[in-house]
Amino acid sequence: MNQPRLGKQLISLALVAPLLLFLIVFFALPLVTMIKSAVSDPVAARTLPATARSVSSWDRTSPPTVEMQAAFVADLRQISDDQLFGDLVRRLNSAKSGFRTLMPKTRKAALDTAGSIDLVALDKRWGDISYWQAVSVAASSRITDRNLLAAVDLQRDASGAIASLPADASANKAIMLRTFVMALTVTGACILIGFPFAMIAASVDGWKRQLLLGAVLLPLWTSLLVRTAAWFILLQDRGLINSVLMQSGVTSSPIPLIFNRAGVIIAMTHVLLPFMVLPIFSVLIGIPKNLMPAAASLGAHPVRAFLNVLLPLGLRGVVSGSLLVFMSALGYYITPALIGGAKDQMISSVIAYYATGAANWGMAGALGLVLLAATMILYAIYLRLSSERETSP
Amino acid sequence: MKILNATLIVCALATIGTATAEARDLTVVSWGGNYQDAQRKIYFEPFAKQAGKPVLDESWDGGYGVLQAKVKAGVPNWDAVQVEAEELALGCADGIYEKVDWDKLGGKSKFLPAAVSDCGVGAIVWSTGISYDGDKLKQAPASWADFWDTKKIPGKRGLRKGAKYALEFALMADGVAADEVYSVLATPEGVDRAFKKLDELKSNIVWWEAGAQPLQLLSSGEVVMTTAYNGRISGLNRSEGKHFGFVFPGSIYAIDSWVVLKDSPNKDTAMDFIAYASKADNQSKLPEYIAYGLPNIEAGKLVPAKFQTELPTSPDNLKRAISLDVDFWTDNSEALTQRFNAWLAQ
Repeated sequence: MNQPRLGKQLISLALVAPLLLFLIVFFALPLVTMIKSAVSDPVAARTLPATARSVSSWDRTSPPTVEMQAAFVADLRQISDDQLFGDLVRRLNSAKSGFRTLMPKTRKAALDTAGSIDLVALDKRWGDISYWQAVSVAASSRITDRNLLAAVDLQRDASGAIASLPADASANKAIMLRTFVMALTVTGACILIGFPFAMIAASVDGWKRQLLLGAVLLPLWTSLLVRTAAWFILLQDRGLINSVLMQSGVTSSPIPLIFNRAGVIIAMTHVLLPFMVLPIFSVLIGIPKNLMPAAASLGAHPVRAFLNVLLPLGLRGVVSGSLLVFMSALGYYITPALIGGAKDQMISSVIAYYATGAANWGMAGALGLVLLAATMILYAIYLRLSSERETSP
Repeated sequence: MKILNATLIVCALATIGTATAEARDLTVVSWGGNYQDAQRKIYFEPFAKQAGKPVLDESWDGGYGVLQAKVKAGVPNWDAVQVEAEELALGCADGIYEKVDWDKLGGKSKFLPAAVSDCGVGAIVWSTGISYDGDKLKQAPASWADFWDTKKIPGKRGLRKGAKYALEFALMADGVAADEVYSVLATPEGVDRAFKKLDELKSNIVWWEAGAQPLQLLSSGEVVMTTAYNGRISGLNRSEGKHFGFVFPGSIYAIDSWVVLKDSPNKDTAMDFIAYASKADNQSKLPEYIAYGLPNIEAGKLVPAKFQTELPTSPDNLKRAISLDVDFWTDNSEALTQRFNAWLAQ
């Protein structure tokens, strides 16, 4: 009795195995890696073990002791892996600018001479206590909240208390907020255009419906980059839109449509519109066609019939379309980069800088984590609201 | 159970299939646009013909993290890459490049001293400076003060998006002498001064990232002046009959180098390619297409006189130009970029 059941379970497990593998490899693992890279900070503790021991008794305000300096030089002599040393330099330079040139110089001196080294004589930066504070903070712990704090414009000051970064040093919070505002604006614009479009597409049939759906699907099959480049050509000062407006005498000088928020919203709305139209269309097509005439026969004004009958029934499509559009819009990178100005860049551009420009994966991971957390909170609020609506009479 | 086994086998086969896929052809990566078109003509295609093997070329927009990620991932999918001075310094310290076999290149003495490094071979000397459309602009800009003066020359300006170059140019516009720019920028007051100067122009700036963008911005009239790479400007003038100007006084020059990524499967071929592209008679063909200075000393002498005057390395052009301070930027890039991004967002 037990044997066949086990076999069946194994078969069903095997059937979902590709899906499970896919989820683990492309979803769970990257997520775990990202979280880990945001908070783990083992490189200094691993490469500077003697320094870590000797700074544990240092108060971080008095001048560095002779033992600390000797331990630091001894640690530098032990590092044989250049890439590991590079990681250490990057970690330290990210906390305090200047390590980038200071460390290779110090390491070279440590390897060239056998005895003790006067670090301050080698480079006067070693006399600056803030460099030692950076070494001490980095070496004394294997996990850090530095990246997560910096992702929301906070830092730990010399005493270890959390304080905000100077206003002109970081703008992650402002950019994060802007990302959400832009994603919301695009979602709103998609609803305003997508709902009527889906209504029309659902109410006609034959070639007219095919034509309308084709108009939505065709752009979906074109590369995002191509569509963005097309908008670039259309929106520029001497582009098609402005030429037509100026020739027809609507304006005398070109309307600024590119390198600003308006351009980005227009292009993103166009790119994401299919994700709004298709869910709404699929819901509307399932609504019996005689409901609206029925409402009219009961004396409802068309507007009232729409508000009381069609809109509530179509709302499910609007909600799932909105979720799709909003979530996709949050991660947009290439469209704001090409069409937007400096004030229209979204958080993904900051993440991209840390990942591909600065090779600071910790900061990139932390920003991604904050974005993920903020999105999850919004999603939880949405779930809460939608379940309340379903249970209410 | 059978199905599970079958799934496992299929997965295993798929993995083996990708791992033993045919050895990749030599992949050379450069900066795109008309510069890469010229390189393709004089380096990539002739080398492929000589070696009897195809050469793939890709383009990139820089970023040390890109290279680091490729090397850390195991076997990189790029072989020879043209990098900026900062990426050369960072990567050489981190050990993500193969060491250069200078014997293959005929010895270090054949090259400009600044173009020689353990990990890279200088490919070009290039300048970043003001460029403008001579057909549209009657009064040519002469200095960074003119670039900042929107009353004298109204219109938008293009700048490369990033703290590097923007801060130096802002200080020069504010009256700092070219040779003092980096000593001023090394102080916190100097950085504040540069950002304050950028504030003045902020609403008139269009930011660009890829080297081909400023040409497009100038051609379409989207900007009246822009920073650009000098070689692309003269290249466009020649290929499309434009009359774009480039202002050498106050420009900043730097050296780009060829590197081979660590553990590249084609590292010998890549080194051969670099040797080919560094040969005097091959390198001297470049200025005909694009006016970049040549690190091979012999190649510099072979360039016809009519192209010499356009090169950043010609004595007249060097006079009031400055060299990029690579050490300053390797130290301060992250902190200043963070501040620059915050400034942009405000």
